[in-house]
Amino acid sequence: MNQPISLTLAQKAGPKLTLGIGAVVLAILIILPLLHLLPADNSLQVSAYTLTLVGKILCYAIVALALDLVWGYAGLLSLGHGLFFALGGYAMGMYLMRESAGDGLPAFMVFLSWTELPWYWTGTQHFLWALCLVVLAPGLLALVFGFFAFRSRIKGVYFSIMTQALTFAGMLLFFRNETGFGGNNGFTNFRTILGFDITAQGTRTALFLAIVALLTCSLLLGWRLAKSKFGRVLTALRDAENRLMFCGYDPRGYKLFIWVLSAVLCGLAGALYVPLVGIINPSEMSPTNSIEAAVWVALGGRGSLIGPILGAGIVNGMKSWFTVAFPEYWLFALGALFIVVTLYLPKGVIGLLRKKGEQ
Amino acid sequence: MRATPVPEFMLEPAYDPNSDAGTSRDSLGLGRAAGAGLDVRHGTILTLEDINVSFDGFKALTNLSLYIGVGELRCIIGPNGAGKTTMMDVITGKTRPDNGKAYFGETLDLTRMSEVQIAQSGIGRKFQKPTVFEALSVFENLELALKTDKSVWASLRAKLSGEQRDRIDEVLSTIKLESSRHRTAGLLSHGQKQFLEIGMLLMQDPQLLLLDEPVAGMTDAETEFTAELFKSLARKHSLMVVEHDMGFVGSIADHVTVLHQGSVLAEGSLADVQADERVIEVYLGR
Repeated sequence: MNQPISLTLAQKAGPKLTLGIGAVVLAILIILPLLHLLPADNSLQVSAYTLTLVGKILCYAIVALALDLVWGYAGLLSLGHGLFFALGGYAMGMYLMRESAGDGLPAFMVFLSWTELPWYWTGTQHFLWALCLVVLAPGLLALVFGFFAFRSRIKGVYFSIMTQALTFAGMLLFFRNETGFGGNNGFTNFRTILGFDITAQGTRTALFLAIVALLTCSLLLGWRLAKSKFGRVLTALRDAENRLMFCGYDPRGYKLFIWVLSAVLCGLAGALYVPLVGIINPSEMSPTNSIEAAVWVALGGRGSLIGPILGAGIVNGMKSWFTVAFPEYWLFALGALFIVVTLYLPKGVIGLLRKKGEQ
Repeated sequence: MRATPVPEFMLEPAYDPNSDAGTSRDSLGLGRAAGAGLDVRHGTILTLEDINVSFDGFKALTNLSLYIGVGELRCIIGPNGAGKTTMMDVITGKTRPDNGKAYFGETLDLTRMSEVQIAQSGIGRKFQKPTVFEALSVFENLELALKTDKSVWASLRAKLSGEQRDRIDEVLSTIKLESSRHRTAGLLSHGQKQFLEIGMLLMQDPQLLLLDEPVAGMTDAETEFTAELFKSLARKHSLMVVEHDMGFVGSIADHVTVLHQGSVLAEGSLADVQADERVIEVYLGR
């Protein structure tokens, strides 16, 4: 009540402005794929390249948001979120491979002269089961890993290193041909999804809209969580876990819940990414990918939901521009960006924007 | 004479808190304010017997025995390294004793309970260094400490009832932080953080409060206020205060325990304890 009036005004204008910008961005993201449906000679037509690129970045934004939930709110820095993303992608990829193989075996199995499907491919020809796998594979892995890690009170840098090791182990496992996921080539040459041609304009538009819907839902979910008492407990857990325990909260359950939720969100993002991009291979699990995701979140601003989405957009937008314009310098630019953010923008881009907004 | 039963007790109490007020040692603390569910029929809320704790051969606690009565306000003093914090760690489940008994009430074996279970059963602890949730507002800090269902599912759907809001307001006024209710806790002064942490303990409504150096870093006025606050809390709650500030101890304690090298050296009123030859020796190093 006794806050300065300007601050109160800024707070009142804040949510409205944010909502306004959000609505405009959402409208653009819905119109964009619709413009893709225009005939190729129309000057307003959005090319398949652009749509795929934006779609890809939106998938990354979901990963950034999911990572922010565990890192920004609960203080658990995961350097292995790429694994959950790739697992979701592989689950969807299995379905797509079965679709394109028809009644036969997927092509890579034929090359390996396998005669029957491994047991874990059972039922993957059904889209619904594939969707279940998209949730179950990353979800169960996160549940088991999280259960033991949180029970043993592993935190801080040790936790980060373990998640990093986990994704590296996953990558090595998937590189093997014997694992039954196409070895280092992974899955590619998809033809149809639910009977629709995967490269058709209509399919791509639908996929893009699904990604936009997932991002919007994740954002709303994250917002609801952050506003709830659950979100406040997570923040408390991040800042003073001992105090929280002496208040009578068991941190394990809270960590496990947000950890599994985050992994599932990543899995869903991966599942939409694969049909859009048309390929999934073990390099998605490489530790550098997961570290890059942490860079998106740090750059955008931890613990702010919108920030990581902006971060993913900025870094990936720059990346696609740099790799065309000056391919050799991209990694230097990324490194410089990270240093600048750490030194001058501890609260990320969103912190900078908020400061501007208050002035 | 046998006393009439007090309804809160499951069994007949061994003494009557209302009779012979202020004359015997028992009457100092043994009130009737144990909460529901805790069995305190013998008037002791905390029992420590022959507790031993050693860290890599260093004996932090040796055969420590200590009893805290229901509603008592006990001060623990002792030189550095006497084992005061280790004792609190044992009571709150942070450190497991090598052997010995630690009971909360008559039935709860603290050596077998987790930290969270101990906190939920009604023991609150204030740390030496004030520890609050710095990113949250004062109000939210108290909200999290509120005594309620603390499971994940409950937190996902939790909404404050009017009664709970009133309770938070009440504690806010007790700790004199009403005007800072929406302030971020990280921006409070050291003394205010101390009060906020005490307020969080009050929200938990514990039956036993462990307070590790509560007035460290407080101004004289704040210290005085804290003394009044603690005195008003005693009887309704049991308090165990570890403190170095003798003036503060003198102003609140009816009963003081001196720890030295991991066991109890002396017990009694502050004046008795200060007159004790051994205590003088330990403190002055003669």
